[in-house]
Amino acid sequence: MIEFHDVHKAYAVNGQNIVALQPTNLQVQPGEIFGLIGHSGAGKSTLLRLINRLEEPSGGRIVVDGVDVTALDAQGLRRFRQRVGMIFQHFNLLASKTVANNVAMPLKLAGELSKAQIKQRVIELLARVGLSEHADKYPAQLSGGQKQRVGIARALATDPKILLCDEATSALDPQTTGQVLQLLAEINRELGLTIVLITHEMDVIRRVCDRVGVMDAGVIVEQGSVSDVFLHPQHPTTQRFVQETEQDSDLSIDENYQQISGRIVRLTFVGEATYAPLLGQVARDTGVDYSILAGRIGRIKDQACGQLTLALTGGKELLAEQQLRAAGVHVEVLRP
Amino acid sequence: MSELLINIDWYEIWQATLDTLLMLGGSLLFTVILGLPVGVLLFLVGPRQMFEHRALYAMLSFVVNVLRSLPFIILLIVMIPITVVMTGTSLGVAGAIPPLVVGTTPFFARLVETALREVDRGIIEATQAMGASTRQIIFNALLPEARPGIIAATTVTAITLVSYTAMAGVVGAGGLGDLAIRFGYQRFQTDVMVVTVVLLLLLVQVLQSVGDRLVLRFSRK
Repeated sequence: MIEFHDVHKAYAVNGQNIVALQPTNLQVQPGEIFGLIGHSGAGKSTLLRLINRLEEPSGGRIVVDGVDVTALDAQGLRRFRQRVGMIFQHFNLLASKTVANNVAMPLKLAGELSKAQIKQRVIELLARVGLSEHADKYPAQLSGGQKQRVGIARALATDPKILLCDEATSALDPQTTGQVLQLLAEINRELGLTIVLITHEMDVIRRVCDRVGVMDAGVIVEQGSVSDVFLHPQHPTTQRFVQETEQDSDLSIDENYQQISGRIVRLTFVGEATYAPLLGQVARDTGVDYSILAGRIGRIKDQACGQLTLALTGGKELLAEQQLRAAGVHVEVLRP
Repeated sequence: MSELLINIDWYEIWQATLDTLLMLGGSLLFTVILGLPVGVLLFLVGPRQMFEHRALYAMLSFVVNVLRSLPFIILLIVMIPITVVMTGTSLGVAGAIPPLVVGTTPFFARLVETALREVDRGIIEATQAMGASTRQIIFNALLPEARPGIIAATTVTAITLVSYTAMAGVVGAGGLGDLAIRFGYQRFQTDVMVVTVVLLLLLVQVLQSVGDRLVLRFSRK
């Protein structure tokens, strides 16, 4: 759906060349929610804005839905942008227009529908985001979450195939964040919309994304399915992000298990395996004893997942590992 | 009462008030018509804006600054030949409007530029992301969002114009200020002075409160 071929971006600031994005290759699949996470200045915002050319690339090719965006002329680019929705951290609604008129704006600009058709469409859109009764209010009269809903309705107005989310929940409180993420997941599911979102919160990625790219200093240092990246982070930046979401248990990084005897393994359960009584079964069958050193259980998007760090003793550890692997559990040996 | 206001010719006061209002209305109209596009242009080519153009901005900025630093009274006199070409006369209401417009347009354009800069960049970005053309960005986003600021700028400009119209009396423009100078000041007719000044004060008050009300009406923040 979205392809980056060696896309890079540099700015000249006071005669100095600042690289915002190193040559990057990226593929976003149709219908997926792709998350980009990074600290501020990592280049994620630049990358997002390259997709609809709010930022001009310094080089490389960007292909969206078969169209070479980098080759579009001014008019072609406007047409293209009308088919790509975008929402923002600070909502960027027009204070001078009512909620209904904000939502109608992309339709008016496109100039393809009649007034009556626009009115009808706005009613549908406001119903979808649950703001029907606020149509005649001004943005200043709404809460942050409501403003972002207006932003979403506005972004969906022209029936785009792609939605770009620029830190869409960063200005919202945790509860409102949850609601907005839920709405995004819902429209992704129901409209088959491809969503690219950027954030600095791993939790946002965990809750809605299918795949994730981790950015650091203008480079995507790691990417893959959210469960892979989340449960087996490779790059230090990724590990730090994952750690941030685990409040007090930080099992995944460099634990010192010197006082503990036995073979130390980390088990990762995804999906059904999470709730199956595997551990007890395997322990009974193999006579292995285990003590739990650390653990976490949670959800990644719609999938349950768990991770346990165990110390195994009793002699048949390898057999136990084999059985666990056979049951679909990912086993990592931290200390043989 | 009649002794207090012994020098007052109410018909003349009425005529002068009418002249002032005509000068004010006419020159305000042309100032807005000319100054708004200049202000938008100043904004667009300004530093870090959509059409940043250093040379053009520097040039426009220079012209605006020159016109703003010229004392209005000098401008009035310098403009006489040009005014005659434009309106056929340098006298009366018609003769006053060109120098008034030239005097206030740069001022108004600067205020418009400032009002536009107050518009959140994010709103421009959002409008661009919708696929808006430059024209659409200006008319559908920038100007509506800056409307309260532009109304406030118009109010300030109108009040500046009131004091300029008084000066325009010097070149034979007529109006309340002219009355105050010729009768009130030069002939020591204090009553005329007081009456004209009170009328000017009322005019300024009315302009300011109407402006404030409009700003409030269009502010949605």
